[in-house]
Amino acid sequence: MNWLKPSWQAALALVLCLIAVALGPIGAPKVDPLAQPAGTLIYPYVATNWLIFGVLLLAALISMARIPSIVEAVVLFIGAHLVAWLLIGGIAGFEGLARAPFFLLLAAAWLLGWRCVAVLSSSRPFAKWARTALRLIIPAIFGAWILIIWEAVTRGAGIPFILLPPPSAIGARIAGSLPVLGADVRQTIFKAVIFGYVVGSGAGFITAVLADRVPFLRRGLLPIGNMVSALPIIGVAPIMVMWFGFDWQSKAAVVIIMTFFPMLVNTVAGLAASGHMERDLMRTYASGYWQTLLKLRLPAAAPFIFNALKINSTLALIGAIVAEFFGTPVVGMGFRISTEVGRMNIDMVWAEIAVAALAGSVFYGVVALVERAVTFWHPSVRGG
Amino acid sequence: MTGTSPAVVAASKLGLTFQTNDGPVQALSNVDLTIGKGEFVSFIGPSGCGKTTLLRVIADLEKPTSGTISVNGMTAEQAREKRAYGYVFQAAALFPWRTIERNVGLPLEIMGLSKAEQVDRIKRTLDLVNLRGFEKKYPWQLSGGMQQRASIARALAFDADLLLMDEPFGALDEIVRDHLNEQLLELWGRTNKTICFVTHSIPEAVYLSTRIVVMSPRPGRVSDIIESTLPKQRPLDIRETPEFLAIAARVRDGLRAGHSYDD
Repeated sequence: MNWLKPSWQAALALVLCLIAVALGPIGAPKVDPLAQPAGTLIYPYVATNWLIFGVLLLAALISMARIPSIVEAVVLFIGAHLVAWLLIGGIAGFEGLARAPFFLLLAAAWLLGWRCVAVLSSSRPFAKWARTALRLIIPAIFGAWILIIWEAVTRGAGIPFILLPPPSAIGARIAGSLPVLGADVRQTIFKAVIFGYVVGSGAGFITAVLADRVPFLRRGLLPIGNMVSALPIIGVAPIMVMWFGFDWQSKAAVVIIMTFFPMLVNTVAGLAASGHMERDLMRTYASGYWQTLLKLRLPAAAPFIFNALKINSTLALIGAIVAEFFGTPVVGMGFRISTEVGRMNIDMVWAEIAVAALAGSVFYGVVALVERAVTFWHPSVRGG
Repeated sequence: MTGTSPAVVAASKLGLTFQTNDGPVQALSNVDLTIGKGEFVSFIGPSGCGKTTLLRVIADLEKPTSGTISVNGMTAEQAREKRAYGYVFQAAALFPWRTIERNVGLPLEIMGLSKAEQVDRIKRTLDLVNLRGFEKKYPWQLSGGMQQRASIARALAFDADLLLMDEPFGALDEIVRDHLNEQLLELWGRTNKTICFVTHSIPEAVYLSTRIVVMSPRPGRVSDIIESTLPKQRPLDIRETPEFLAIAARVRDGLRAGHSYDD
């Protein structure tokens, strides 16, 4: 038996596959509206039915043979994704008509995909490029399967478009409305978010340094700053619109309010983070307040400050989008979401959500990269 | 012994009482001490005897509540502002975001020395502690002994005549400690600096010092001052000579005397 290397994912996939065979056709037939004579039934998966079963069985069986793990991963990758592609391709025109075998086969393909990721995660290649590639491939396969299952389930089960459109429709909508999305991103992110983020974080930082320097600010301002952070953004946004008008300035004001406090609190905590010994050391050099601040306390506070910058990068986006619900010119991501929901254009709402998620991730990623470069010395970055 | 040379540190009737939540704690009481130029003075005693506090008073990191202290003929505060001493802490306290050379250059930067002068002094002091070749390393890439040597280099970099060391080798293992003790003696012989050295190791105190100040706790005070009769040149195996053992025995007796009323 030493040519066999069983895995529970592949074994379960085989079982699901056999049950699917036993249960009959993958999808129900429908009446062909164009056929003559009228009332002729057409069937899904006529050409690909046995190809799907064949590919699935073959990939599952080969993966359990004692073969190098890289070959196993490739076989599983091809098998799982070919089956998924055939299933999703075949359902076109038969949306909502999928039967139990459709979902069993989908689950079986997903199990093979799971096995593929498991094999890849446990492999430890020596080459640096291979490790880097693995770090990208594993989450990519993972993410792809979320989209595959989403697409297959929404179309196979015929979930109403209003409730949850399939990702392909969202993708098509994004591709088809790039100018609109571009204008929204420019309005919301490049104006309100960036401006509010820079001013809010900067003001929080400067206030923290002042509070550190001036005792009466520390005693008086910090508790009030605490209160500002508790202000409900839903309540503040319409007031900012009244104060600063409909354009991006009012959204930037909301972002400033949201980002100010995390930066203030984190910087205050960071300025207290340098050790007693280090501060005594600076004292033995007769170092002044500003020298100690620049050479010891701010570098020691950097991990805290970057924490605030990362928190603020997502807060700023949320703040700007929510604030646009309370009145904007006819452009902006929050405006688009609120109006397109009203017009039942759910795919456009999802398109905006996808763009916002992408922009938020890029924003966060850039801040995290700068953090790694600046706080390279911190144990959390250098690893131990 | 040092009647002719001017006192580097002179304390008289020095006392320090900390106000804590549990009432006042007398950390130092009635300390009289004169340290001459070029001396190597060790402070030894059990924990809580105020040896570190005394060093911190000399460094103006604590203010005495009674008595007077002068450093280089000035008040301790003036001396600190004139950067009269280098201070070595129990831990290396190097800044992890600075390379070794930039850590050693830190006091020079604060003093506003020219770039060329900084480079020159960093090179000289790193040579003095045998850390050449590690200039571009970060502290966390070095062993504990090397980190402590770098912190000594940092205290030497601005060439103060007085070196205050607070259990600098306390966290290191015995082999590294012996090695650093040897290097420290050699450095002291070459530079003719005055060194105040806090320790709780009797062999270390006897091996290094020209004078050993034995302290005892509650309240922290000087219970004995022992002049060393050992020659200035001290190989490590001097620690097996009868003379060395006799001084060590005296120190031990002094420590025990300070403790006796406790038991």
